[in-house]
Amino acid sequence: MTGTPLLEIQDLHTSFRTDGGTVRSVRGVSLTVAKGETVALVGESGCGKSVTAHSVLKLIPMPPGEITAGRILWQGRDLVPLPPREMNRIRAREIAIIFQEPMTALNPVYSVGEQIAEVVRLQMRLGRRAAMDRAVEMLDLVGIPDARRRVGDFPHQFSGGMRQRVMIAMALSCEPQLLIADEPTTALDVTIQAQILDLLEEMKERLGMAILLITHDMGVVAEAAQRAVVMYAGRVIEEGAVDRLFTEPAHPYTRGLIRSIPRLDGGLGRHGRLQTIPGSIPSQYADPAGCHFAPRCPLAQADCLAAQPAMSGPDPDHLYACFHSPLEAPAP
Amino acid sequence: MASFLLRRILIALLSIIGASIVLYAVLALAPGDVFGELVSNPGIPPDVIANMREKLGLDQPIHIRYVNWAMAMLQGDWGYSLVNRVDVGQLIVQRIPATLMVVGTAQILALAIALPVGVLAAMRPYSLFDQIASTLAFIGFSLPTFFTGLLFILLFSITLDWLPFIYRSDLEQTGGAWIWAQLRQSIMPVTVLALFQAASWTRYVRSSVLEVIKLDYVVTARSKGLPERVVILKHVLRNALIPVVTMVALELPVIFGGAIVTEQIFRVPGIGSLLISSIMANDTPVIMAVTFVFACLVILFNLIADLLYRWLDPRIKLQ
Ligand SMILES: Nc1ncnc2c1ncn2[C@@H]1O[C@H](COP(=O)(O)OP(=O)(O)OP(=O)(O)O)[C@@H](O)[C@H]1O
Ligand SMILES: [Mg+2]
Repeated sequence: MTGTPLLEIQDLHTSFRTDGGTVRSVRGVSLTVAKGETVALVGESGCGKSVTAHSVLKLIPMPPGEITAGRILWQGRDLVPLPPREMNRIRAREIAIIFQEPMTALNPVYSVGEQIAEVVRLQMRLGRRAAMDRAVEMLDLVGIPDARRRVGDFPHQFSGGMRQRVMIAMALSCEPQLLIADEPTTALDVTIQAQILDLLEEMKERLGMAILLITHDMGVVAEAAQRAVVMYAGRVIEEGAVDRLFTEPAHPYTRGLIRSIPRLDGGLGRHGRLQTIPGSIPSQYADPAGCHFAPRCPLAQADCLAAQPAMSGPDPDHLYACFHSPLEAPAP
Repeated sequence: MASFLLRRILIALLSIIGASIVLYAVLALAPGDVFGELVSNPGIPPDVIANMREKLGLDQPIHIRYVNWAMAMLQGDWGYSLVNRVDVGQLIVQRIPATLMVVGTAQILALAIALPVGVLAAMRPYSLFDQIASTLAFIGFSLPTFFTGLLFILLFSITLDWLPFIYRSDLEQTGGAWIWAQLRQSIMPVTVLALFQAASWTRYVRSSVLEVIKLDYVVTARSKGLPERVVILKHVLRNALIPVVTMVALELPVIFGGAIVTEQIFRVPGIGSLLISSIMANDTPVIMAVTFVFACLVILFNLIADLLYRWLDPRIKLQ
């Protein structure tokens, strides 16, 4: 990484107050995204990826949600204490976001053109006509056929993949420097997934933006990202360049994730079948003193239950939070 | 759109014809008519009564009578009130202004209260404002208008003697004094009706907004950097109103019922009290006309609700 990062999250904590107690969804996440790079944020369902992403744009419903600690530095400026009015100037214009469910992320009662033009009018201060032209241009750019005619259509007249393209057109219409893509392909079928990832790649090159790509699919990470940050139970447990992570994963959890990828050549994992990580993620309310992965970890020892391992590693470009990383001491 | 409108109007017309047939049949089959008293009066010979019936066409079979009624109706002849000795049409035209004044104002006021209160309560669920609003709405919704109406009369007319408790459509004042008198006599019936209506609508608006406000596209709207006011008014409210319009349209007959009761309590000489008095007097032509007007209003407002619905929600297509 060179130069000042575009986005730098420092020790972010986000919790929700619920009837059952406080859910600490994000418990100290730090990550950086540099200009023009794609960083993947990976982890199992419920590990706090979306909450982290939503926290950056302060889209967490407050209450019940609250950013209890940490800093979110956007080009050096902390977003956490920013008043809504100033936050609104950063949204869409500097940081845009797209969501997992293209079927529900668009407002059913407005045409897609109006929904794109709305943000263009607001953030780029264009007039009605010019904003609508921009909407057509963006729809065309993301590969909606016959964009000029379809700009007046409503979301229900588009398929899931097309709606995600509309979302991308909307998010990119103000040429943000960072796009947060929260599982943009999870709800789509495989062929469409590949198309959307290609589209994101193409747009990234065209606009020179950075992408924070959230996914639970290691296949997507391998295909789209340069760096990856792996989360487990609200914490970052490993981060580094994607090729490093795939060739020499340091954390037992990351190893498990990589072993769970089906291979395209039809071959299966070392043991002849697709592997899953045994056990399940800890309860949302649990707050163990030690490593959160220890109960599921094949390498866990007594010290793992006593204290939380910090992020460390011999190489500053590849950090992990594990006392007994198989990288250092080869697995028995 | 034009073909939709045409089809929808056709459906409305058919509904009106259907409603008129049902109403006519029910009233014709109901026991008792204006001659009820005459029949039991031994002083009047039966053949005189038979004669009168024949003159009024009451001896004919019901379907013939219905067709006669409908034909006359189409020509603007609403029949003749035997009790009031005046044309029914004239009677209704006399009574409508008072109803519009009281019921119409109350509905507008109710809407003006329910929309902002419901939305604000839903924006901060379980806040102090929401809890106060929800409690008041619950109380208002639980107290029938005849109860609050009598309470108001007792308090403001009898105990405090601030307001008149009889509504008159023939105020003798003119100019500013007329406006003042009109205001004073309208306050109680309008308030009673409006509060009741506002209470129930506030609950609808609140729950509907609460439902919509957590949907994904609202987060999308916020992610665009729109001010909260625009997010609520443009993205939340329009969607939240869709089910509210349905509820209100379905509830319309109940609203008319409530209006009739309120008119009765405050002696508002409107169309509702006309209905009650004509039922008491067995004045069939008036009952028929008033219930028919109510039926037409319900159908008309359903038509309006349908159009509103279509405007709010572009997904609706009439199959
Ligand atoms: N509004 C909320 N109220 C209470 N808890 C919440 C809320 N939003 C998220 N959470 C909790 O935060 C935790 C993390 O959720 P998050 O949506 O970030 O998971 P995720 O990693 O994005 O998973 P997925 O892959 O399923 O999208 C979950 O346990 C969830 O229950
Ligand atoms: Mg998520």
